[in-house]
Amino acid sequence: MATTISFQDTKRKQRGPAGVNLSGGTRTRRGRRLRDNLTGYAFLIGAIFCFALFQWFPMIRGIVMSFQHTRRGVTTWVGFDNFVRIVQDPSFWTAWKNTFYFTGLALVLGYAVPFVVAILLNEFRHAKGYLRILVYLPVMLPPASALFLFKYYAYDPSDAGLFNAILKFFHLPTSQWMQSPTMTMPAMVIASTWMNMGAAVLIYLAALQNIPGDLYEAAELDGAGLLRRIWNVTIPQTRLILALLAMLQIVATMQVFIEPLILANGAGTQDSATSVAYLIYQHGFFQNDLNGAAALGVIMLLVLAAFSAVYVRLTTKQD
Amino acid sequence: MSVPQYRRAAALALAAGLGFSIAACSTKGGDDSGKDASGKTVITVDCQPDGSQKDLLANWNADVAAFEKANPDVTIKSVSVGQQCDNPPDFTARLTGGTMTDVFYGYMTDLQQVLDSGQAMDITQYATKDNIPTWDSVDPALKAVFTDSGKIYAIPTKNYSMGLLYNKTLFQKAGLDVASPPKTWADVRTAAKKISALGGGVAGYADYSAGNTGGWHFTAELYSQGGDMLSTDGKSASFNNPMGKQVLQNLKDMRYGDNSMGSRQLLQWADLLTNAAAGKVGMFVGAPDATTAIVQQFQGKYDEWAMAPMPGQDGAAKGTLGGGEGYFFRKDLTPEQVKAGLKWIAFEKLTPGKGQFDYARAKPQNQPVGLPQPLLFANGSDAQKQELDQRKANQNLPTENFALFEATPVPIKGEPKNAQAIYAVLDNAMSGVLTNPNANIDDLLKTATTKVNQLQTAGS
Repeated sequence: MATTISFQDTKRKQRGPAGVNLSGGTRTRRGRRLRDNLTGYAFLIGAIFCFALFQWFPMIRGIVMSFQHTRRGVTTWVGFDNFVRIVQDPSFWTAWKNTFYFTGLALVLGYAVPFVVAILLNEFRHAKGYLRILVYLPVMLPPASALFLFKYYAYDPSDAGLFNAILKFFHLPTSQWMQSPTMTMPAMVIASTWMNMGAAVLIYLAALQNIPGDLYEAAELDGAGLLRRIWNVTIPQTRLILALLAMLQIVATMQVFIEPLILANGAGTQDSATSVAYLIYQHGFFQNDLNGAAALGVIMLLVLAAFSAVYVRLTTKQD
Repeated sequence: MSVPQYRRAAALALAAGLGFSIAACSTKGGDDSGKDASGKTVITVDCQPDGSQKDLLANWNADVAAFEKANPDVTIKSVSVGQQCDNPPDFTARLTGGTMTDVFYGYMTDLQQVLDSGQAMDITQYATKDNIPTWDSVDPALKAVFTDSGKIYAIPTKNYSMGLLYNKTLFQKAGLDVASPPKTWADVRTAAKKISALGGGVAGYADYSAGNTGGWHFTAELYSQGGDMLSTDGKSASFNNPMGKQVLQNLKDMRYGDNSMGSRQLLQWADLLTNAAAGKVGMFVGAPDATTAIVQQFQGKYDEWAMAPMPGQDGAAKGTLGGGEGYFFRKDLTPEQVKAGLKWIAFEKLTPGKGQFDYARAKPQNQPVGLPQPLLFANGSDAQKQELDQRKANQNLPTENFALFEATPVPIKGEPKNAQAIYAVLDNAMSGVLTNPNANIDDLLKTATTKVNQLQTAGS
């Protein structure tokens, strides 16, 4: 049977036991809460304004543009035409393949190396502070400067290049580095890891120092060696930080841009350096195709959002 | 004031400040009359030389002062956008963001993009002898480049055509005759081999393959074969043919067959010219003003460089690429501003004896006088005669270095529609043959064709 609430019922529900008008009270409480939080809201305005202007507005504008076509200053709605066109671009799948390859390599190298370095640094008894500064130094270098160092100093394809000189010294075959389609991605990952690992090392170090020492002592008493202690104590104890940094790393490396731009002068040899973010830039700034660039940006946004959603769901379940 | 009150006051002040900022942002500064408080017409103009080009900057500023003295009702506000006034991504960003100056610099290849942005004014009614005294002498072919559907959108201020620049010092060291530079691509290959044999990291021949410059040179070299980048209706690519393949094959043969192009590839504009200025490049395809950049920006020497016509495949080149630059006008300018802008362009760029043609001033400053280009004025016109006479009277370059180039005209072809976008695509084909010994030329051209066809479809 359906329940019906009469007007009188509603009226009664709005009154408290002593006949106090609850709706008026709610308004007063709300008003008081608003006044109490006024300071907070006022401070929030700046952040909201900046996010709205530099994040949300461009994002919405990009989504709108991806369904439009502008020629001769006249904009028309074209449905999914830009998406179809961008998928048909011969560089589209290459760019995704390169981006996933970079992300995968960065996960193996750029994710594992800082963790190992942090564990090693944590083991040092002396000169800890200096070593941390040394590891963090590359982060203080502007990314463009660091990459130009790699480009002109380390990855010079002649024998004068730093890496080739080292390889030659050990009588190993030299490489064309950024000019070799097979070495482009590994070379970009090496440079990127060197540039960025300092921050991750410091975060790992902080997490490592929060692990109670008695856990290691207990493991040692049980006869656990170094690797066993890392596997059974260090990794479980830093699981949350590891999971968070893994997601941040994947989302950041999927947007790889400055590495191809500077190290490979853009697309590199036969698109071997073209990432999705660089392809967006190429369409927008070199090919006079801002609508196509916006469409690719939307595709990338959806991929990253889907990845983040799945990742958060999986890690939440695990917890 | 207690701490919570102080915090609240600070927060309110912050909010109020932001509110004022937003309000300020949303209000257009000044009125739309294009005049300042004293009633003078104000225009902003870009491509002012930057601080590192001291003489050029001083000349520009002196010209602005002289112009304002002669036109007391006009104020010029100069803006520098870097040494390369039109770096394609920067140019696109300014155009898209609507932050160009009132009168803004662009390449001849930019017309399509500028029109698409809807930012340019049709200046047909203003482009007259009244505003530009030498307008009737300006080469009609150059005016046509900036004309679309009968409407003029920019004033040409410089033009070029490409040839083969070669380093005389390296030629002599390699035992080559500086008076008889290569005439065909086979000759280029032979000479490159000899020059690179000198060692020391010298590339016998160098070419671009990144930053749109690879596609730019592919186009020039395709023209030398007699090819075209686009079909006659401009709707599809037309370089995937034996001529296009030959361009890439020539480069691949030099790079990997002879190892005469050096190991450093993926070169952009500044990369190649830096190497050339350092005496590490024997030959490259370029325009006469490339020597100006080599000397003024990259510390090279004029005496070292000479220029020959574009090489052909089996004989003389069947064509060469021509291009140039000019100034567009924002669509929201007042008629007074457009007229002031045109008068400034006329003064600075299109008057023999003034601005860029003030050879008497340039000579003692060691600016190049005597290069065979630009050739902005039509053959036989008064302006051309004056300009050439003054150029000859003040020349400070060994003009014999360019004599062969001048004496052997090659048919000039303009840049293709949507050129910068096409050049970006062809960078990949160029980088393919210059960095991958196993690059498949057929595949490279097939991929580039697909992309260019898409571009032309999207742009139509």
